[in-house]
Amino acid sequence: MDLTTKLGPLELRNPVLVASGTFGAGREGAAFVELDKMGGIIVKSMTVSPWKGKPTPRMCETPSGMLNAIGIQNKGVDHFLAEDLPWLVKKKATVFASIAGNTVEEFVKVADKLRTGARGIAAVEVNISCPNLEDRNNMFSHSTTSTHAVVSKVKDALKRVPIFPKLSPNVTSLSEIASAALDAGADGLSLVNTVFGMSIDVETRRPKLAGVVGGLSGPAIHPIAVRAVHEIHQNFPHVPIIGQGGIATTGDALQLMLAGASAVAVGTMNFVNPRASLEIAEGIADYMTRHKMTDTAELVGALKIEG
Amino acid sequence: MSMVLAHGEILGHKKYGEHYHSLTIVTPDIGERVRPGQFVSLRCGDNRASILRRPFSVYRVHKRGGWASTVEIVFDIRGPGTTHLSQLRGHAIVDLIGPSGRGFVLPKRRAHCLLVGGGIGAAPLFFLADELRNEGHRVDVILGARNSGLLLGAIEARRLASVCRTTTEDGSMGDTGRVTDVLVETMEKCDTEVVYACGPHPMLAAVSKICVEQKIPIQVAVEELMACGYGVCMTCVMPLRRPLKRDESPEDATVYARSCTEGPVFNGAQVVWNGAADLVTEDQAELTPVGAPMRHGGIEEPADEHAPPGN
Repeated sequence: MDLTTKLGPLELRNPVLVASGTFGAGREGAAFVELDKMGGIIVKSMTVSPWKGKPTPRMCETPSGMLNAIGIQNKGVDHFLAEDLPWLVKKKATVFASIAGNTVEEFVKVADKLRTGARGIAAVEVNISCPNLEDRNNMFSHSTTSTHAVVSKVKDALKRVPIFPKLSPNVTSLSEIASAALDAGADGLSLVNTVFGMSIDVETRRPKLAGVVGGLSGPAIHPIAVRAVHEIHQNFPHVPIIGQGGIATTGDALQLMLAGASAVAVGTMNFVNPRASLEIAEGIADYMTRHKMTDTAELVGALKIEG
Repeated sequence: MSMVLAHGEILGHKKYGEHYHSLTIVTPDIGERVRPGQFVSLRCGDNRASILRRPFSVYRVHKRGGWASTVEIVFDIRGPGTTHLSQLRGHAIVDLIGPSGRGFVLPKRRAHCLLVGGGIGAAPLFFLADELRNEGHRVDVILGARNSGLLLGAIEARRLASVCRTTTEDGSMGDTGRVTDVLVETMEKCDTEVVYACGPHPMLAAVSKICVEQKIPIQVAVEELMACGYGVCMTCVMPLRRPLKRDESPEDATVYARSCTEGPVFNGAQVVWNGAADLVTEDQAELTPVGAPMRHGGIEEPADEHAPPGN
């Protein structure tokens, strides 16, 4: 089965990527998977200078998922370009760089470095679920203005590279944010980032995360992702979508594609099974055989709603 | 290559005393290569409510060749994952990743080694003791726990150690008190040249402090909450001190190192102990590889050297 998948201007080996922050830059996972068989790897978000991350505890398990507050611990874009990217290129991985920052200028600086330093980056995911220091620490992705500002500047810096802002589901109107990102020049959208959550140890009355609140991920959020992809695909039918959020099984991935995602990304499940993305790609091939499909594009938005 | 994703067959389930369960798993790929202090991460069934793997340090290894080598893990029941594992019996198949992390570094020349374990945190020290003795090193042991029922391997430790001390907080076995109460005198009596410790953080912090004062090298195996166990999630980090380069600010002196790949064994003198992981709560504790501060009933202070459940 040929699983070659069109994602906007990109052609992927298969529609199943790994989500940012759940597979590092591929080195650790390479013990378990063949990077050149994966649909692509969205690397851990990188910032203009190294970020140390938050104190521990950084995670706690919750029903059908987990909360995390890691604080984008990463070694910075220079390290990515010098060490990780050449290695990924050698391994023939399809690389999505994920960029983050606390100001518009920080995003632009990372984007500039990627433009000048990088051969071998297929696309850039813009992680706008970061606190905006210039907007009272509100997340960029929670404001149409901030979203537009970041995405338009990053697009200016990366004219030839497709960019996929990753949107937060914690908003009143996802379509308004999506519209702001698309107006600003986004080539597609990543849907969705983690859902805000919190957990408390009742005996000590302390939050279970040192960061107090964190991002909920895992199967618990899958229906939220399906709904988000569905809404955006209905409102913006021609926009390429990377569906992500709680994928654990082939069925979970298929749901996101049927709702309108051209490709999907496995996140938290990589922690449990580092081969999940490859196994889900095989599962999609089986499904397509059973349903007499020959092109993954036949799955995208193939949801049937009566009436 | 280091880690593998493997299926292992349960050879047997045992109980050690009232609290501790043991699973012996046939897993030749891991059993043949695992080193003391390394760990394995097990899936706990197909439970979609509690999805993460549970990490366990390796208690014992039997190298029986490419078909039959086994690893043994020891644990107590802390949540849904360990409950599931405690119910597994012979021939059940488990999904595991290992051998994971960096284990203990063994001395290059013959040395007097003191192994200090708190409760079930002692688990990896028995594998270590076997390897040290095989290489001709002297092994002395201090085991501590809140009470005798929570001591792991007290009889076994007497068999393999030249000097073996036990401490319990309630005096139900050995000296009344904590491992640190007998640490200095044991080090002096045994001419200790290196200390290996595993147990809850407050114990590791106290043991490290004493070893630094006595100028004795100290290696600790830490317990940190892990989501992945193979280096990608960045949740299990330990704050480590590092020397500052010129132009660096004091806050650069702390770096976060991943316990799963850069640990779980660290130089105890390098760890920034205050604040590290002492917020881990009991219901979270089964996500740690070698025992976390356990608060039985949830009303006691975060553990000292006692009753770390483990692995």
